[in-house]
Amino acid sequence: MIDLWFVIIAFLWTGYFVLEGFDFGVGMLSPFLGRNEGQRKQILQTIGPVWDGNEVWLITAVGAMFAAFPAWYAGLLSTFYLPLTLVLVGLIVRGVALEWRGKLEHAADRAWADAGILAGSALPAFLWGAVFADVLLDSGVAALIGGAFSLAVTLLHGAVFLALKTEGRVRQRARAVATGATVAVIPLAIVALSSIPGEGDLAVWVAAVSAMALLAAGGSLIWRRREGWAFAATAGAIVLTSAAVFGMLAQRPLPGLTLAEAASGPYTLGVLTWIGLAVLPFVLGYQGWTYWVFRKRIAAPGRAARVEGAPAGIGH
Amino acid sequence: MDALDLARWQFGVTTVYHFLFVPLTIGLGVFVAGLQTAWHRTGKEHYLRLTKFFGKLFLINFAMGVVTGIVQEFQFGMNWSEYSVFVGDVFGAPLALEALVAFFMESTFLGLWIFGWDKLPKRVHLATIWAAVIGSNISAYFILAANAWMKHPVGYEVVDGKARMTDLWAVLTNSTALAQVPHVVAASFIVAGGFVLAVSGYRLLKGDTTFRGPLRGALVMTAIAGAVVAGTGDMSAKLMYEQQPMKLAAAEGLTHDTKGAPFHVVPGIEIPKLLSFLSAGDTEAVVQGTEDVQRRLEQRFGPGDYRPDQQVVFWSYRVMLGFGLSTVGLSLLGLWLTRRRRQVPSWYARALVLALPLPLLAIIAGWLLSEIGRQPWTVAGELLTASSVSPGVSLAEVATSLTLFTLLYGLLAVAEGVLLVRNVKKGPEPLPAPVREPVREPSLMY
Repeated sequence: MIDLWFVIIAFLWTGYFVLEGFDFGVGMLSPFLGRNEGQRKQILQTIGPVWDGNEVWLITAVGAMFAAFPAWYAGLLSTFYLPLTLVLVGLIVRGVALEWRGKLEHAADRAWADAGILAGSALPAFLWGAVFADVLLDSGVAALIGGAFSLAVTLLHGAVFLALKTEGRVRQRARAVATGATVAVIPLAIVALSSIPGEGDLAVWVAAVSAMALLAAGGSLIWRRREGWAFAATAGAIVLTSAAVFGMLAQRPLPGLTLAEAASGPYTLGVLTWIGLAVLPFVLGYQGWTYWVFRKRIAAPGRAARVEGAPAGIGH
Repeated sequence: MDALDLARWQFGVTTVYHFLFVPLTIGLGVFVAGLQTAWHRTGKEHYLRLTKFFGKLFLINFAMGVVTGIVQEFQFGMNWSEYSVFVGDVFGAPLALEALVAFFMESTFLGLWIFGWDKLPKRVHLATIWAAVIGSNISAYFILAANAWMKHPVGYEVVDGKARMTDLWAVLTNSTALAQVPHVVAASFIVAGGFVLAVSGYRLLKGDTTFRGPLRGALVMTAIAGAVVAGTGDMSAKLMYEQQPMKLAAAEGLTHDTKGAPFHVVPGIEIPKLLSFLSAGDTEAVVQGTEDVQRRLEQRFGPGDYRPDQQVVFWSYRVMLGFGLSTVGLSLLGLWLTRRRRQVPSWYARALVLALPLPLLAIIAGWLLSEIGRQPWTVAGELLTASSVSPGVSLAEVATSLTLFTLLYGLLAVAEGVLLVRNVKKGPEPLPAPVREPVREPSLMY
């Protein structure tokens, strides 16, 4: 039961990294790839309907840690007090900026919102990598490398997502950025890989090496304009990286703590398992449906007439 | 000042701030869904314009509720790690369920609603807003069940210095929660009602007669919610009499056990025997006083001060009652004034605008009563607040986060205020003329 809950929590974090990964990447890229207001709207609209639902993966992951492994939850959050304060500040600024941007009429106000989206995406993207690297390796250098790696991977993942979801200029630029980001990611991945303890589990090594291979594959696929496959590759790379991280955490979720010590009682874990397994399929179903509803590529306003029906968004 | 004091201040500041937005999300969401339903049923254009107008205000506010809520979930672990370790087995479950059952629903369907106007069939699109607001209301249930457990812990046993859940059903059907959930949710509808009334009053003063409908709707909503709040408040008072005698005594400024206790409207004005009647349904019942409860708690738990800050608790109770009831009274007056298609008098519309802060102050005062009245415990009878704080977090760290959050929250409050006022001044926008050719502009929110 303890192992099952560890896997569930790893699954929730992994979902968060994959989904918010591209949200963060898109948020960081929007001021640079969107050269005018129309293009910025086009870029932000790719994540508009989904980012908030994606963020709930984090809320659920942390809530599940609280319920299933209270000591892990409390230890992790109180140990990384200041980094997590900054994560929260980032998430606050980003969320508000994303929601409010379309309701701002002055260009100067929108510039503030753009800055908020950029900073609010970059902070958590860097800090989550740094926090988990520090938990695993307990060193400041490792935290810096972990942070830089997760920042670069989210940039790559976000650029690939943008290339997949947009048309026109933005799509071309996103492809170019994705290719460039791959070049930055690979050396960081090699450094990160070399810092995995040598005595580590074989499965962890396999996951980590495959993740690196998928990152390289993602870069080459985007170069060859296979955007769907490239996105699958970067998403797969994040899944495998997360799997490697949690594979190591399973032995030691925090220094001096084991999962068994941190776990809630069998009654709580049991009853939550039944409820979780009953509800999760619905959640996955309607979130998947959202991506289906918004599956079309998004054009810059005034460029293409792909959207049928009245322009009835509340923003107008 | 030590880390404990600052951690308490941070929890108070961030929670009160969070709860300025949450009740509006809960109540206004239902109001917007109701407007859209009216449009769907009647096809009348002004309902659509009002849906979009109030929808926009709802979304500006919703964003703040969401982002300040994340802080709440992290804060237990960051500042209150000892508390988290002690209660996680019980308290974590409703939090995890809240995220899984309610937040996913709320966020996902709201995304579909915002961006789905021209992508979903009308009926499905209407269903998305209902799903989102139902999600918000379910989240209220789970978090209030968790909160009620702190004041009246049930369905658990303490093993090796930690609370272990023995009965989830007991936690979710805690009598304290069952009284508190409808009380807080109905109070949220009063806050939302007060907001819609103030906005409608302002628009009517500007000569925008479209707002007569929302005004009447909000009057009805506030009046009904007022009845629910009063009824469940009575239930809560009777439970408090049984479960939290110290809080009741502090709320009344009653120092010693008193038979046939009077109710103090304000210090100096009292209604004989009313407190005993309200607490126990019996004018001769004995109500416990703070000093006597203190003595009994010392016998049970050893030396210590088990009294909450009595001034804060006493006055919070009166602010809650006074401002809450005046909002409901104002709505009843409005129903009378506007009966049978009568015009809304301009003095009344002005009063509605001025009354905007009243329900918000009332609901915040209600939380101060509830949570400061719980002190010095985090979990009544089990864990003291002083033993709940994170031992490894320094004063400097808490001071940093408290400063950051306070500054950021202050800035965002100003920004949200400006944004709301601008949009209210602008009023509902005209609908775009029907177009036959393929539209060139996609619907953009951002």
